[in-house]
Amino acid sequence: MVAEIEPSNIERSFLLESLEKGIRVDGRGIYDYRTLKISCGPTAGLVEVQLGQTRVLARVSCEVTRPFPDRPTEGIVQFNAELSSMCAPGFDSSGKPSAQEVAVTRMLERVIRQSRAVDTEALCILAGEKVWTVRIDIHFLDHGGNLVDAASVAAIAALRHFRRPDVTVDGEEAIIHDVRERNPVPLSIHHTPVCVTFGFFGEAMMVLDTSLLEEQTQVSSFTVTLNSHREVCALNKAGGIPLSPGQIQRCIQIALAKVDELNEKIQEAIKQ
Amino acid sequence: MSRQELLSPEGLRVDGRRANELRRILCRASVLNTADGSAYYEQGNTKVLVAVYGPRESRIRSQSQHDHAIVNVEFNIAPFSTSERRKRSKGDKRLLEIASFVRQTFEGAIQRSVYPRSQIDIYLHLLQHDGGTLETCINAATLALVDAGISMDDYVCACTAGFIDETPVLDLNGAEESSIETPDLTVAILPRSGNIALLQMESKLHSSKLEGVLELAVEGCKHIHRKLDEAVLAAANDLAEKLSH
Repeated sequence: MVAEIEPSNIERSFLLESLEKGIRVDGRGIYDYRTLKISCGPTAGLVEVQLGQTRVLARVSCEVTRPFPDRPTEGIVQFNAELSSMCAPGFDSSGKPSAQEVAVTRMLERVIRQSRAVDTEALCILAGEKVWTVRIDIHFLDHGGNLVDAASVAAIAALRHFRRPDVTVDGEEAIIHDVRERNPVPLSIHHTPVCVTFGFFGEAMMVLDTSLLEEQTQVSSFTVTLNSHREVCALNKAGGIPLSPGQIQRCIQIALAKVDELNEKIQEAIKQ
Repeated sequence: MSRQELLSPEGLRVDGRRANELRRILCRASVLNTADGSAYYEQGNTKVLVAVYGPRESRIRSQSQHDHAIVNVEFNIAPFSTSERRKRSKGDKRLLEIASFVRQTFEGAIQRSVYPRSQIDIYLHLLQHDGGTLETCINAATLALVDAGISMDDYVCACTAGFIDETPVLDLNGAEESSIETPDLTVAILPRSGNIALLQMESKLHSSKLEGVLELAVEGCKHIHRKLDEAVLAAANDLAEKLSH
């Protein structure tokens, strides 16, 4: 495993001093996102997201399987995200997953699976026998900071873009139509959760959408996952600087504004 | 899965508690002999045993830091902890995540610069699982760290809260936690300042209702702080008695 090169003391102090004056190193405002570019297709369910320098690829696929015995009428959503050495030198696929990988993958799993974004009951074909298993694979191509936000946008955009084959159920028989026979149908998505991550650098200094340098310098981070119905789907703040409940509320308010912007971009991208 | 009624119209939950009642807490420090600090913590039917070793020499030299201690947390769920015996693999992401949360929480609370070039190990074992895994682990670890005599800025007290039928409820048990519609919020605070060290929430909750649930959880944390304090005093008094003979 190659050791990651930490930013130099000069870079760190420059970043912190500029932040004290309210300026970010790349010239953004403290609550500004980098340019978000979402490209969907050519295959249904394949989405690549570029957030500044960060690039994430999400791919959704499906197959027919048996359901879980304790949930015979629900489909299955499987999630897989791995940080490979391709996106940053410090990541290593062999051995135990690093703390960062666990944090990122579990966060995404929580966002997609536990917030129940995908309607699993609509994935049932024949109760107790055949259901759709939807698989989401996330590949991190380039680490330019803020992997979680980029990956959450990619995952939800891919789910909305994906089309599964149409199925007709006739009594006990289920006929799965080929995509050339009948147009494939979209998945039933309840809501669109999107992550917004804040980075903290000490007393009262916080920014939105950290770049790689900011992420390496930050003391702690706080991720809020919201959807367009103003519901909080997940919160994640572990360790680092203790925040007062008032600060948490303020972060959530800021995130609420940002989520609308992000959702709009996702809508635009999918329409194309 | 049948939909269980989690909050009756009279305001009683499945285990007979009201919406803002904590489960019964039983905790004791100094339960293990070899460990520098240990604690046994029970909250309702969830039971955790913690052992703390440290500060001691870092086992992996390359990871030791010259100016502060590193905190290492290992979390294990016993196969007999749930009603169906299930052995989890060591690399299970859920276990690693909880261990990582506990580590990050205590990295902020332990005065690490007091112990340079050393390592503090926290080993957690969940003996019985009935909801509130992360909160009981944090509370038990606080007690064990105090027992080990490790310098900390403050206690770290954690509590869960949820939202059932338009009512914020405190301290979710296993049935409430596994129910799909109940949002599950875990908060860990440093009681003296009231600041939040850990905040984790799953499942959906409308942003306007979040404040109420958060406040309730913080109240619960303060109550747990009193219980932990009592346990520390009890252990200290016990020790003083033994020394005076």
